[in-house]
Amino acid sequence: MTSTETPGFEVDPALYSNLAGSQVNVELDTGDMILNLGPQHPATHGTLRLVVRLDGERVVAADPVIGYMHRGYEKLSEFRTYPQITTLINRIDWLSSFANEVPFVHGAEQLMGIEAPPRAQWIRTILTELSRIATIYLFLGEMGLQVGALTPAFWGFRDRELVLNLIESATGGRFHPNFNRIGGLKDDLPWGWIAECRTTMDKILRGCDDFEDVLVGNEIFEARTRGIGIIPGELGAAYGVSGANLRASGIDWDLRRDGKPYLAYPELDFKVWTHSDGDSFARYWVRLQETREAVRMVIQLLDGLPAGPIMAKVPRIIKVPEGEVWVETENPLGQMGYYIVSKGATGPFRVKIRSASFSNVSILPWLLRGVYVPDVITIMGSLYFILGDIDR
Amino acid sequence: MGLVEKGVFGKKPLKPVTWLLNYSRKYSLWMFQWGLACCAIEMGAALASPRYDMMRLGVIPFPASPRQADLVVISGTVTDKMAPAIKRLYEQMPDPKYVISMGSCANCGGPYWDSYSVTKGVDQVIPVDIYIPGCPPRPEALLEAIVMLQERIQNEGLGNDELAQRWRGEHVVVDNAYMAARV
Repeated sequence: MTSTETPGFEVDPALYSNLAGSQVNVELDTGDMILNLGPQHPATHGTLRLVVRLDGERVVAADPVIGYMHRGYEKLSEFRTYPQITTLINRIDWLSSFANEVPFVHGAEQLMGIEAPPRAQWIRTILTELSRIATIYLFLGEMGLQVGALTPAFWGFRDRELVLNLIESATGGRFHPNFNRIGGLKDDLPWGWIAECRTTMDKILRGCDDFEDVLVGNEIFEARTRGIGIIPGELGAAYGVSGANLRASGIDWDLRRDGKPYLAYPELDFKVWTHSDGDSFARYWVRLQETREAVRMVIQLLDGLPAGPIMAKVPRIIKVPEGEVWVETENPLGQMGYYIVSKGATGPFRVKIRSASFSNVSILPWLLRGVYVPDVITIMGSLYFILGDIDR
Repeated sequence: MGLVEKGVFGKKPLKPVTWLLNYSRKYSLWMFQWGLACCAIEMGAALASPRYDMMRLGVIPFPASPRQADLVVISGTVTDKMAPAIKRLYEQMPDPKYVISMGSCANCGGPYWDSYSVTKGVDQVIPVDIYIPGCPPRPEALLEAIVMLQERIQNEGLGNDELAQRWRGEHVVVDNAYMAARV
């Protein structure tokens, strides 16, 4: 069959295929595209800027640019007195303001060697859990919004107003209560508050059921969130991820139970929920269960609320003796801690703030590598960070 | 509004035409929400929560781009890093444009009055129509500001000179004295 042989076949086939391959690659290869998300984007809960390098629809590299909300808390704290600082730190994580105050006030109390009376501790715990509900409830609604379901966002805002009403009627502040005093609380609970709180908790539980029906059981929601943004437990812990994000990766760690005892948590019966998957769905599910658990805790606390004073004996001008203290608590977003150094003045010498979201977003460059563009929003939504908590 | 600016209606349009245009304008405010800090959540509550529901006032949130917006609400702390972006997006908005500064931080720096990184007042960067005090203001205050802005739009002149002079007008602050005077 010599007639069918072509003279071109004499070319080395290996070389030929290489040439063809390189030609194809040259034609199909397009340059990477840089997509700039933010600094003003509805999904970023504020002003996070994310520079994403895209190959087609796939993320090659992602780089969060933070600092658009940096307000210099640690420096400002050096120029304020202790009671003034509680006003500032309300605004670190602006959704769970009350929970921010607790570790700082606790640290100052430890340095001064005073302890708030039991009733104050229990009311503090109630308000902390209420602010946890208010924070996570917004997430439960907004997470639907991030994946394209609009209805839960309205539910989230609707029922969150009920909790805000409770916080407002007890503290006077809808958003930033500034209710903690060193040595206790400003006021006692108002008359009729406990009964109102119980009714609201029922409504919150019903709302959680609604979220479960509409989102958790929804196959579109599952398709958008299951297997998206998996954080391996050890890796998450190595990055410093904490709170529900870490518990969704199967690590059973909650400072309310495992940390140094604070507030009324040692006397409460509660379960720490974990999930083994570590994906966006698991993070949603864990937060949903945590809301229910918080409701259970509030009801337990209301049942066993002790009587007594709400303020310990503290001097009129608060001077904290020399010393250093590290206090960490389980905030709605994760581990929040203050390292307070006092030189015996009316204000601290130095305050180091460890906020949860800063460590939680530090995993973003690793987590976003190789995902598709719509999943970037899902992952950012499910990590649930607050920009004030990142930049401080 | 391009017709008016080009002078199709002459130097001073007729009063009924002015009234009609302003009336139409004030109930179709496309609002570009610039949520920065705590106030952003209150703005979200005013927009999205069934209790406040800002859309019934004729405010339409979430435009696709600032190029389609009439109104920007600066809600929250403006930092020196953020200020250039605010100025840039404000310049992208078409005239006539209105600015509401929401919260103490955007008004004057608020609790960060001595911070090294916070811009003390967004009015250093862009002109502001309505200031809402509060830290954060309640959603009702934002609704009140919208109503005040609508009043201002209704009373605006549409002559070429008047449009050019629009920013020289007096700023409005949502406070009790102002509200008492209105009632």
